[in-house]
Amino acid sequence: MSKIEKFRKEYLGRSFVTVMGLFIIFLTLAIGAFLFYKGVATFTVHGHSVGEFLFSADWAPADIGEGGTVGAAYFIVGSILISTLALVIATPFSVATALFMTEISPNLGKKLLQPAVEIFVGIPSVVYGWVGLTVLVPFIARVFSLPYGYSVLAGSIVLSVMIFPTITSVSADAIRNVPIEYTEASYGLGSTRWQLIRKIIFPAALPGILTGVVLGLARAFGEALAVAMVIGKTQAFPSGLLSPATNLTAAITADMGNTTEGSEWNDALWTMALLLLLISFLFIVLIRLAGKIGEDKR
Amino acid sequence: MKKILSALTAVLVAAFSLTACAGGGESSSAASSAAPSSEASSEAAPASSASSEEAKLTGSVNISGSSALQPLVQAAAEQLKAKNPDLAMTVNAGGSGTGLQNVADKTVDIGNSDVFAEEKLDASKASALVDHQVCVVGVAAVANPGTGVTNVKKQQLIDIFTGKIKNWKEVGGKDQAIVIVNRPKSSGTRALFKQFALDGQEEKVGKALTEDNSGTLKQTVAQTPGAIAYLAFSYLNDDTVTALSLDDVKPAYDNIYSGKYPIWGYEHMYTNGEATGTAKAVIDYIKGDDFSSTVTQMGYGLISKMTVKREAPKAKS
Amino acid sequence: MKNFQRRAHAADRTATGVLYAIACLALVLLAAFIGYTFFQGIRVFEPKYLSFGREGIGTQFFNTVYLVFLSLVICLPIGISAGIYMAEYAGNGRLVRFLRTCIETLSSLPSIVVGLFGYLVFLVMTGSHWNLLAGALAVSILNLPQLTRVTEDGIRGVPEDYRQGSYALGATHWQTISKVILPAAMPRVITGIIMAAGRGFGEAAALLFTSGMSSDVNFNNWNPTSITSPLNPLRPADTLAVHIWALKTEGIDPNSGPLSDISSAVLVLMVLVFSMGARLIGRKLEQKKAGNKEQGGR
Repeated sequence: MSKIEKFRKEYLGRSFVTVMGLFIIFLTLAIGAFLFYKGVATFTVHGHSVGEFLFSADWAPADIGEGGTVGAAYFIVGSILISTLALVIATPFSVATALFMTEISPNLGKKLLQPAVEIFVGIPSVVYGWVGLTVLVPFIARVFSLPYGYSVLAGSIVLSVMIFPTITSVSADAIRNVPIEYTEASYGLGSTRWQLIRKIIFPAALPGILTGVVLGLARAFGEALAVAMVIGKTQAFPSGLLSPATNLTAAITADMGNTTEGSEWNDALWTMALLLLLISFLFIVLIRLAGKIGEDKR
Repeated sequence: MKKILSALTAVLVAAFSLTACAGGGESSSAASSAAPSSEASSEAAPASSASSEEAKLTGSVNISGSSALQPLVQAAAEQLKAKNPDLAMTVNAGGSGTGLQNVADKTVDIGNSDVFAEEKLDASKASALVDHQVCVVGVAAVANPGTGVTNVKKQQLIDIFTGKIKNWKEVGGKDQAIVIVNRPKSSGTRALFKQFALDGQEEKVGKALTEDNSGTLKQTVAQTPGAIAYLAFSYLNDDTVTALSLDDVKPAYDNIYSGKYPIWGYEHMYTNGEATGTAKAVIDYIKGDDFSSTVTQMGYGLISKMTVKREAPKAKS
Repeated sequence: MKNFQRRAHAADRTATGVLYAIACLALVLLAAFIGYTFFQGIRVFEPKYLSFGREGIGTQFFNTVYLVFLSLVICLPIGISAGIYMAEYAGNGRLVRFLRTCIETLSSLPSIVVGLFGYLVFLVMTGSHWNLLAGALAVSILNLPQLTRVTEDGIRGVPEDYRQGSYALGATHWQTISKVILPAAMPRVITGIIMAAGRGFGEAAALLFTSGMSSDVNFNNWNPTSITSPLNPLRPADTLAVHIWALKTEGIDPNSGPLSDISSAVLVLMVLVFSMGARLIGRKLEQKKAGNKEQGGR
């Protein structure tokens, strides 16, 4: 193959995708660096300690000048609680739906469920939030005879509906990626479909399913508009699933527009955004680790 | 890596020089859309100074800020557009802080705010901005219609919001627990309410619900038994919530004009430096007589009728 | 042995039933959601709401289509190329795995933070006003992580035989990717594209700060350099999702309730149509390009 031909057939495309791949990496690092730069101002410019931000629950940052307090513990606890609960609600449904649309009835899956899942993604979060506010919140209040239904539970349910498509579609992909030979061999040994799913397909697809869970969790941490409408945003530690709570994204969404850049308050919100990133990073690494240990065991 | 960056920069530069052309091509003068407030002045100034109807406004005006003021400015924009088809106007909400920040950054021509710039911005930034008070807005305490209460005393209101009064029967209503619903601390409406209804006392946190914006807050009060909150008058356009009188004074603009009802604030439109050209024409229109019927119709109050006045707070540095 | 078999079959039947039930539940939930949205829209429907004037949502409809189109033009080449790079060229070293985690973490960024990043970088740093292009760029940033991920997964799911066959015919690595692997992975990639577009349709928080909350468009002006022309990508524009958000949260006009309900119904319909259209095109492409009957994996 001549050099020019080789260039046309290999290097041209290869360099293009390489540049794009590097661009994504660059973009990721750029946003990360940007967030880090904005987020550390609370500690470097305004002189608060990391400990105060993480563990104190005294949240009263100053609008102009200095002298406020930036304890974000309420928000951190709320975020972790609501997102985790949403994950616990959504994952079984998502994985079961993914199994159904790949193993039980691929036909129905392709014609009905796959498009349905895609439509879930396109519905704006404000619509989810509004339906949550006008339908789900009164419903919870009635069922549990509470004065109001704004609660951790309401937030988690709304959130679980929103992350359902992500987990489902990634899990379905992972299940489809299990080589057909596995299925054939398993049926050849006389196993039932459920045995096949439970013993072969599920374990083989587990890393991919975990990726879906990770992406779902990430989406849950980052979602703002819908959750903020239904959790009540009370600045306190929730005393149970039925009590209101607040979270990091709600604070960022509510106050970012009403504060000005460089103020202690605004910088504290950026610190929250940075923290959000770090928390999801931590969770992602943990889930990956758990998946790896599970794999090694087999 | 470098290549892609420089290519991107080139594309961006090309794109933005395109907008510059866009402004120039549209208006006959050399006005560029990048800086309409200053450059469109030569053309639009006669329109406002002579106040003649013939001279049409051109160029573009971008406005952002207070979500409480946004609907009114949007209505003004639509009326102005009808008369001046070549005028391009956009009005964004996003919060008073955003408006002040944007106008200080010069990303918009006018920044709307519920509060004085000195309360949100550093003195250095605030001093560059020029305040145009275009109307007043009243804030009323509102309750769920089922509480049986239509009037509260100021001290009672303070006690409710600071958590001392916990049941509606203590203020003459039904035996029903009070649920406080707040706006976020950074909200301009909350600042007004805290200053003039609660005499500066901080509302109790830890029990109260919070809703980010007037729309969801109103829905929450309407559907939650025993709920109390506060809303700008402009949102009191139906009977899903009950507006409470304060010390037997009804929350109405006549009472604000006469100085009897204390919970109100100015709505500000800030420009960076003196308002000129199209931006000035827009502000003048909103303050003008032609627009006053729209102002009252949409639930805002006229500054010209005010018999009381308030001063800007001293800038903090 | 008999007993064991019976138990296995009973378990199989139960599991199948449960999976059926869950899949049905997911479908019913979605149907209820869509039905509710449509019902709310139809209940208050009047033709004037669909006009391009101040009472209608025609402008927002156009803006939404335009913004999704722009964002796809930006993020598809980058995202798909980056996915190819990650799957084919980047190897599987520790660094790549770390970067992949970074990209996933990035997808957890609250969209409001991406919006503010866009505000500072695309607007303040370039000294411009809100515009569609900045909004499209912000949506692209939100979409890139998932698009990259889906493409990478899709490519990894293509059976090894395809690759071997292509190499055996003397194709280079790049030719194999572009002519064999990518077409075979296309159905997955299409799903990714639909979900990316869905995000564009439904996104509000990021757009509030980048493309603005209102638009001023003259539909008789088709000169793309004019600030009031619908075609100008550098004009401020509100999409349907942003419009719904504004109406639900700040609207004081008596029309705002009905208008937001109709906007929601129209938006869901748009997502529906787009999803089905993309699927159809995907199937056509698949038949034409790959020319193979069976799909990779299962």
